[in-house]
Amino acid sequence: MAEVKTSRRDFLVKLAQGTSLAATGGFLWAHLLRQEARAQPYALRPPGALPEVDFNAACIKCGQCVTACPYDTLNLAPAGGGIPIGTPHFTPRKVPCYLCPDIPCMKACPTGALSPELKDINESRMGLAVIDVENCLSWKGLRCEICHRECPLKGKAITLETHPRQLSKHAMFVPLVHSDACTGCGICERACPTQEAAIRILPHNLVQGKIGEHYRLGWTFETEITQDFKPAAPAAPVTPAEAPKEAPKEAPGVDYLNRGL
Amino acid sequence: MSDHADHPTLGLGARLWSWRYFVLRRLSQFGILLLFFGSAHWGWQVAKDVPLLTGNLSASEFAGLLPMADPFAALQIFLAGHVLQQEVIVGALIVLGFYLLVGGRVYCAWVCPVNLVTDLANWLRNRFGIQAQIYFSRNTRYFVLAASLVLSMLMGVAAFEWVSPIGMAHREIIFGFGLGFQALAAIFLFDLLILKHGWCGHLCPLGAFWSVVGRRTAQVRVRFDKTSCTHCGDCAKVCPEPQVLNLKRLEEVGYVYSGECSNCGRCTPVCPEGSLRFDLRPMIHRHNAKAHGKQDVS
Repeated sequence: MAEVKTSRRDFLVKLAQGTSLAATGGFLWAHLLRQEARAQPYALRPPGALPEVDFNAACIKCGQCVTACPYDTLNLAPAGGGIPIGTPHFTPRKVPCYLCPDIPCMKACPTGALSPELKDINESRMGLAVIDVENCLSWKGLRCEICHRECPLKGKAITLETHPRQLSKHAMFVPLVHSDACTGCGICERACPTQEAAIRILPHNLVQGKIGEHYRLGWTFETEITQDFKPAAPAAPVTPAEAPKEAPKEAPGVDYLNRGL
Repeated sequence: MSDHADHPTLGLGARLWSWRYFVLRRLSQFGILLLFFGSAHWGWQVAKDVPLLTGNLSASEFAGLLPMADPFAALQIFLAGHVLQQEVIVGALIVLGFYLLVGGRVYCAWVCPVNLVTDLANWLRNRFGIQAQIYFSRNTRYFVLAASLVLSMLMGVAAFEWVSPIGMAHREIIFGFGLGFQALAAIFLFDLLILKHGWCGHLCPLGAFWSVVGRRTAQVRVRFDKTSCTHCGDCAKVCPEPQVLNLKRLEEVGYVYSGECSNCGRCTPVCPEGSLRFDLRPMIHRHNAKAHGKQDVS
């Protein structure tokens, strides 16, 4: 009888020891994974990369994209480098992505972490170019514009805009990045002549805001009324579609302030 | 390494011959590393723009034709919630099929780069007679294997691939150095000073995975001839997984049946009677029967 008791106690103690050991090890391991997977949000991924969380899940860390890249753009992150371990990334200031039309890195990916749904390299969104207007030569009034000229989507991803210059009749020509066309290839960052690049590529989620769907820009015709915002009362506000019907009643530019003048 | 018999009676040729599997294993391990490295850095190609062997041990492509992938890594990625693409599934099945035939842990002894480090640690350990500091069960690795699969599911990333010293070492040899070598150094010190065969024999979940894979189907195994065995125990002294040489069971089965045997070939040259030899499994019973027959005649 006593023997049975001892072995039961032994069993329970062993069970508790094993469980706590497994739990401790599991928590440590999980912590390590969380640290590593969220290592840093600044990694620029090859074209076609899935969103960061999915990419981290899918990438098998084989480096076939790295070998496939003809420009040696891509690197596999070594351990302790701050970028999720073993995943491909690039540093545009060193070597940007030159936007191969056949996208060899994506084709080399065996797991689909670089999604084969990307058909046109110009549709890739590796990041977004951001201009530091305090250090941009064009914003200093110089005719630099190198980023604009080097941009493979010149006129779409980067346009030149005029900007008034203090105490001068001459305008400045300043570059402006458009997120709907910018691939994040980083050729502009590579080309920027300042000591530290004044235009650089950052992941979208670090630079892009979101206006929120409840804002209705009533003065643009593209803005649809979202499902979330429906006027409760039947007295609906004047929709843009109805506006032109009323407009012809009065001459253009006439409203209640100058009516009858 | 030098666990191999240094019988003073043997001539030089015979001594070299006794090292044959050691030499072949090193050739295989370094050769595979070299193929990856040469394709990545020296542009080794089979034809124009068709690299010889791209990728690394996680996933690779040979001559632009044959995809290969680590089935354990693919399994973790699948459990992490990613729908795998056809290429990596085919690659994993090819690799899985190969090791199902030759024995799963053939990977450990003939391919894995960490084996170079742990073999060195073990050799030094024997050289200096370092005693173990702690003991724990060799079955720990199966718990680590289970944990890596569960954690992959819970964390949404391939749990072992993200901490694997094997992956780190292999990647960093091919794609550039980092802190991964610290992990390798840790394994070296652990195996050297703390626990004999600590990593490969107790902890590594990849080794555990391959142990499970090779268990039933391996066709290349070490045949055991009970009639000539004198139970001298030389084989168990050099074996990195001595529990697989349970001679009583081997007498019944006729070959080293455990999935934990890595077919490293240490025991075969060291056996003074030649009772342990590589063989193909379908032939094993016939060969053993033949040996018994001889015994009966004599």
